Amino acid sequence: MPINYYIFLALALFSIGVIGVLIRRNAIIIFMCIELMLNAANLLLVAFSKIHTATSSLPTAGSDAQIFVFFIMVVAAAEVSVGLAIIVMMYRNTHSIDVNFLNRLKN
Amino acid sequence: MSVTQILFWLLSVLAVCSAVMVVASKSPVHSILFLIITFFAISGHYILLNAQFLAIVNIIVYAGAIMVLFLFVVMLMNLNADSEPPQKNKYILFGGTIAGASLLLVLVAALKQTVTTVQMVETNTGNVGLIENLGKILFTDYVFPFEISSVLFLSAMIGAVVISKKEA
Repeated sequence: MPINYYIFLALALFSIGVIGVLIRRNAIIIFMCIELMLNAANLLLVAFSKIHTATSSLPTAGSDAQIFVFFIMVVAAAEVSVGLAIIVMMYRNTHSIDVNFLNRLKN
Repeated sequence: MSVTQILFWLLSVLAVCSAVMVVASKSPVHSILFLIITFFAISGHYILLNAQFLAIVNIIVYAGAIMVLFLFVVMLMNLNADSEPPQKNKYILFGGTIAGASLLLVLVAALKQTVTTVQMVETNTGNVGLIENLGKILFTDYVFPFEISSVLFLSAMIGAVVISKKEA
């Protein structure tokens, strides 16, 4: 497959994630849209790693990118556990998951 | 069209449509289920690119662990379409959508010109993404970041417990 298709697919997924972060007020949905953007970046990294494999003479060329994707997934898992704990704490204090309640720093 | 191309288009349409439904659906539980479909479609793309290790890790970590955690939190809070905070300001709705669509338009327009010679992505070939190769590299060249990530997990676990604990 040409690389253009993968670039445009990843861009479409990333933009949908950006739109979700901008228009939704539910904190959990915003968090899920961030995960969607991370996955779009991962998909593009893997696609480019396969190009590197095809053009390089080294047999293991392109495996660095896939290791990076693995570490992105590791960091995302750690991030989700802490982020959901923060959302649970926020729900316990305000009884809502609306992000518009979190404007106390404004004044 | 070959089988690879048909699968590519099928998985792409599935991923984009369910990603749109994640943003559009009212109920948080439906959003999570659509996001799981998106992750399975992306795993299908990884298999198509012969990155089998990442495909399996994507299913286990994302669809298996992270999304179950989301589902667990949503069901713990008993959220549904009625408790969803409504977006009262219509200008934010339109403005956000137009801003995201403009971002997509600008990036597509910019990147359409840069790729002059169309590079082909190797599908179904190569053994770079297999577990044998990646495991060797992970435990030789990248063993230090691997160990650091275990410390990261430990601190994230302690942080999650401390944050979500009821105040004494």
